Amino acid sequence: MAWLDTIYEYDGSFDGFLCCVYESYINKEFPIAFCGDEECFSLYPVRCVITIPEHARRVLRSLVSISEPAVRLLRRAFLTCMEDRESHLYAFVRKLYAQGDSFLRDQSDPVYHPLAQAVRHLNGELEKLRGFVRFSDYNGVLGGEIAPKNRVLPLLRSHFCNRCANESFFLYDRTHRELLLYADGCSRILPVDQLQLDLPGQEEVHYRTLWKCFHETIAIRERTNPRCQNTFLPKRYRGTMTEFLPDVYETIPPEVPAGAPGSGAPGGIPAPGIPPGSGPSAPGSTP
Amino acid sequence: MELLEKLRILSDAAKYDAACTSSGVRRGFQPGKIGNTSSSLAGCCHSFSADGRCITLLKVLMTNCCVYDCKYCVNRRSNDTRRAAFTPRELADLTIGFYRRNYIEGLFLSSGVLRNPDYTTEQMVRCLRLLRHDYGFNGYIHAKAIPGTSPELVTQLGLLADRLSVNIELPSETGLQTLAPDKSRDAILRPMGQIRDEVTRNKAELVKYRHAPSFAPAGQSTQLIVGATGDSDRNILYLTQSLYRRYRLKRVFYSAYVPVVENTLLPSLDTKPPLLREHRLYQADWLLRFYGFQAEELLTEAQPDFNPRIDPKCNWAIQHLEEFPVEVMTADYERLLRVPGIGPLSARRIVSARRVSHLDFDSLKKLGVVLKRAQYFLTCCGQMRSGLRFSAATLVGQMERIERGELPAENTAVQLSLFDNAG
Repeated sequence: MAWLDTIYEYDGSFDGFLCCVYESYINKEFPIAFCGDEECFSLYPVRCVITIPEHARRVLRSLVSISEPAVRLLRRAFLTCMEDRESHLYAFVRKLYAQGDSFLRDQSDPVYHPLAQAVRHLNGELEKLRGFVRFSDYNGVLGGEIAPKNRVLPLLRSHFCNRCANESFFLYDRTHRELLLYADGCSRILPVDQLQLDLPGQEEVHYRTLWKCFHETIAIRERTNPRCQNTFLPKRYRGTMTEFLPDVYETIPPEVPAGAPGSGAPGGIPAPGIPPGSGPSAPGSTP
Repeated sequence: MELLEKLRILSDAAKYDAACTSSGVRRGFQPGKIGNTSSSLAGCCHSFSADGRCITLLKVLMTNCCVYDCKYCVNRRSNDTRRAAFTPRELADLTIGFYRRNYIEGLFLSSGVLRNPDYTTEQMVRCLRLLRHDYGFNGYIHAKAIPGTSPELVTQLGLLADRLSVNIELPSETGLQTLAPDKSRDAILRPMGQIRDEVTRNKAELVKYRHAPSFAPAGQSTQLIVGATGDSDRNILYLTQSLYRRYRLKRVFYSAYVPVVENTLLPSLDTKPPLLREHRLYQADWLLRFYGFQAEELLTEAQPDFNPRIDPKCNWAIQHLEEFPVEVMTADYERLLRVPGIGPLSARRIVSARRVSHLDFDSLKKLGVVLKRAQYFLTCCGQMRSGLRFSAATLVGQMERIERGELPAENTAVQLSLFDNAG
């Protein structure tokens, strides 16, 4: 008997997705679409999947027994921004159960390829953001913002916790509205709806000016090549990079205390660009 | 002088150095110290300047005062330019400030020669010692070894830095004699030899004693200026190959000569930097390091310069059509690597994928092979790609057409003739 087409509603976490896999095999249903918190109207039957850690663990165990690299790939692919992400992941899991892991050798495999491509995109963004994140010093605490397409914050976590191990810092993901906090060797990722940063202090402005000056001077005029620059540093990253922000953001009248309302200059790093509220919000992340 | 002004002068003077990488060393966080070296071995770019070059390190000179008078250099003694010098503490503060804000991966410290090479290196050592020991800086440091420095100081420098480099700049002895009369080939090669030997010895020490201090763990590199002298591409590439083999360099950088001074021995001031030639040299450099090519295969006495309109790999393939087409399903890895449009990554993917499935041209595309070049040199299960029309005679033209869209908008013919006049 053919499996029944169903829409699955789940909480948006990786464990939740594993529970969807569990339910689908238990009930012999084929999830043709997945939806998160938002209401979905459809003529298909809807199943609301509740995340049960025991079920998630069971699915995970079975996947690990087939192939550990496949599970690593699944975890990464879950953080990407590919369209119909869950459906692609589900197809991947089914193929893994049906055929084993031999198709993982072939990146052109129709089920594997979309995942491989999405993960490549994620890895590219991750690699770039390791360098492009700009921290500002707020009274000894470092803070920065990013606006990535993929959910890279969980993956940036270990890099920055290692690099800034002796500091306290926070990093805000505007697209997915998540905040990474780190202090004294502990880090957390929390969903935060909005983050308004303070104006930078005197010393911070000084360093930004120095950096901007360095960035301008180091370019060789005779070799100017905007196309090359745009390839390596796409414009969408520049909204949070201090060297590309207009001067207005750097100059604060010295008599106005930092953060005072109506001081004219927009606060802190936030640049024009993505207004808060774009993109799906992150599901409740666990530390 | 204010710090901002100093930074402007000293980064302006350092910008002609091409090397800006933080790769080759993996050192994790150490308690009580600041930072680590990039967690990936590949290095990390923090920004890109208007000329499209990556900014990884704070690239500055300790001072731009110089006793030498190398004709091609902005910092030469006879040039009328503003001079400045960082104090060790200023530079250390700046590095830490930039590093904390994730602007940079570390410091690239070079210097003009103040008084004499030894004195200059002492200044650099003092700054690096402050940074490493007093500030506990654990990030990446690239330092220049100045030709003529005594071996003891080079050793001290190597114990503080991750990578050392000695710039050869002019690829031939004659160029050196005419344009940089204060330097000699011997003085340049001696520190390179010393660094090579110490790195080797240090590797052996580290095997025996886990806590032996590491000497330049990321090895050494050098830079060659392209287009200031009449050297052919062949000279430069042969030199590169012997540097990789004999001095075990990690990288050779090429820097298209930007005319900064009027001199009868140099190209005139309105000469455009030979960017395309530099690009071709980098492509050939990659072929030497990752594709198993030899310099002798790429350039011969009969053809001492690269064809500017086709990349070196395509050029080689067109001249060796007897080796093609290559069968995707059976060819070994080394043969796949020689196909234009296939790099180490896609070659590995092909070798892995063909064990489980039959590959056609569509799946090659999905594997990341650049088909617009590769299709002329490949067969899949014995079949060429359908609808492909070409002959040995038309192939050159077709390759040029592919490349044309990717080249910078400049007249390549003009560039070559300028080079010919340059000698």
